[in-house]
Amino acid sequence: MAARSRQFQGFLFTLPALVMLAVFLVYPTLFTIRMSLDTGRGLQLREFVGLENFERLLTRDRLFLDLSKFPPQGAIFNNLQWLVLYPGLCVGLGLLIAVFADRVRYESVVKSIVFLPQAIAATAIAVIWLLVYAPDPNVGLLNAGLSALGGDPIAVIGRRDTVNFAIIIAAVWGGTGLAMVVFSAAIKSIPAEIVEAARVDGASGWSIFRHITVPMISLPISVVTITLIIAVIKVFDIIYIMSRGGPNGASRVIAYTFFTQMFEEGRGGYGSAVAVLMLLFVIPIVALNIRRFRADAIIR
Amino acid sequence: MSERLTRLVSRSPIHLALGAIGLIWLLPSLGLAVTSFRTAGDIASTGWWTILTQPRFTLENYANVLGTAGTGQSLLNSFIITVPSTFLPVAIASLASFGFAWLRFPGRDWLFLGILALMIVPIQIALVPALQLFRPFGLTGSYVGIWLAHTAFGLPFAIFLLRNFFVQLPRDLMESAQIDGASNLRIFRRIVVPLSVPAIASLTVFQFLWVWNDLLMALVFVQNPEQRPLTVQIGSLLSTYGQNFTLLSAAAFIQMLAPVAVFFGLQRYFVRGITAGAVK
Repeated sequence: MAARSRQFQGFLFTLPALVMLAVFLVYPTLFTIRMSLDTGRGLQLREFVGLENFERLLTRDRLFLDLSKFPPQGAIFNNLQWLVLYPGLCVGLGLLIAVFADRVRYESVVKSIVFLPQAIAATAIAVIWLLVYAPDPNVGLLNAGLSALGGDPIAVIGRRDTVNFAIIIAAVWGGTGLAMVVFSAAIKSIPAEIVEAARVDGASGWSIFRHITVPMISLPISVVTITLIIAVIKVFDIIYIMSRGGPNGASRVIAYTFFTQMFEEGRGGYGSAVAVLMLLFVIPIVALNIRRFRADAIIR
Repeated sequence: MSERLTRLVSRSPIHLALGAIGLIWLLPSLGLAVTSFRTAGDIASTGWWTILTQPRFTLENYANVLGTAGTGQSLLNSFIITVPSTFLPVAIASLASFGFAWLRFPGRDWLFLGILALMIVPIQIALVPALQLFRPFGLTGSYVGIWLAHTAFGLPFAIFLLRNFFVQLPRDLMESAQIDGASNLRIFRRIVVPLSVPAIASLTVFQFLWVWNDLLMALVFVQNPEQRPLTVQIGSLLSTYGQNFTLLSAAAFIQMLAPVAVFFGLQRYFVRGITAGAVK
């Protein structure tokens, strides 16, 4: 009897969380999957249309995926650019700063400066970089620099060919701190004797980095990369503030398309299909994520 | 002496690189901060870096943005949204994590695994049906909707973090308390929570910043313009006035104050929370 009451109690402690999750996360997810197979006008279930939304998204929506041009265009392709550049630059810069800072006395100052944007909202980061990119050379730092060098000012946010890179750079500025802090902690946990022994054997700084540092922190590197990839699939805030997906949809990504279709156009079925695609893109990362759970002890 | 000099010279590329990095990471935020204290005329005619030669500051932008543009109300709204959206999930997750870590009941491990799986679900997929749930109860025009939404969406990570910490608490302590006849609730309140203050603090800091800095959920769940938080307000300043940096810089700086205070005041918990929570 006592055992049974203990069992019941265990259930009671988890019940509030389970109810919240079932009502606001599990049920909505299932409902969205159902709605992705519907016209869903006015965000209500109207008429079942099978996979038509997905078919139109992937073949007939030029703002989502346009394979007729080279390079391909559309939200998926923009997201692909993010996927390569954002984790790549954050990890590369984070590693560089962690290794360099490890060798100087003012390490904590450098690390604080680079880590600070982690506390700041993507919304605020967007405003900070809108100011840097302001087209008037008397306002924006970038164009002030360009005109000091004798160049013409560029409205990087207003041009189709520069807008994605400009926003990605702002995001990298915000995201590098995470990679740096994790790598810095991992580097400090490498036993000093190993590095010392290599140095006695005459290894250069570069070869120590290449053959000791990087292999010894390969797990944190993959963990951070996966983390940043998940962030890329969901990226929305910074684009919403910096460019509203423009000019002419040139900087839309998947999560941005979701927002406009769902809340600006009110196309529930079509927007749901975009959300379901996001989930499908994230799922393969679950497999990789299992590695992350094992690596957790290393991070902390 | 000469040895120190050669050391300095051989390391000068590192010092140069770190100097450049420091500038790249400092100048953009410094620019925003300085701009927020300059007059509209100065902002339009000369770059913020000219304050080095002509220092001239004003609090006008803050007075304008807080007074006339409704940002003062947004600042208050940010707090009204963030405080319950921080404490509710931390409390509910603490209870649940204790259950998952120390109490036995059928299906426990499967349920926990399911919650871990929910951690990767993009919130976009749940937004519209959750919004529809609030409608019949009239919660779309109140703060209750966004409190509940933030609580639910914050739970999977919160439970993941706390359960992993609770599991590592010493087993002997739990068992001897049980033998002494302490109830589960008493064990939770008198042993588990006091021993887990660092983990709970990290989670609280993380959740606070997550909600404070959120834009997407606020856009969806806060439909009354009077109730919108600072992040949404910055977006609407942009669409109303364009790139008017007198208002924007002051509003963005106000939005950043709480996170920056947390950054400097609670750095230890902050770093732990962010590195553990990066998955969200």
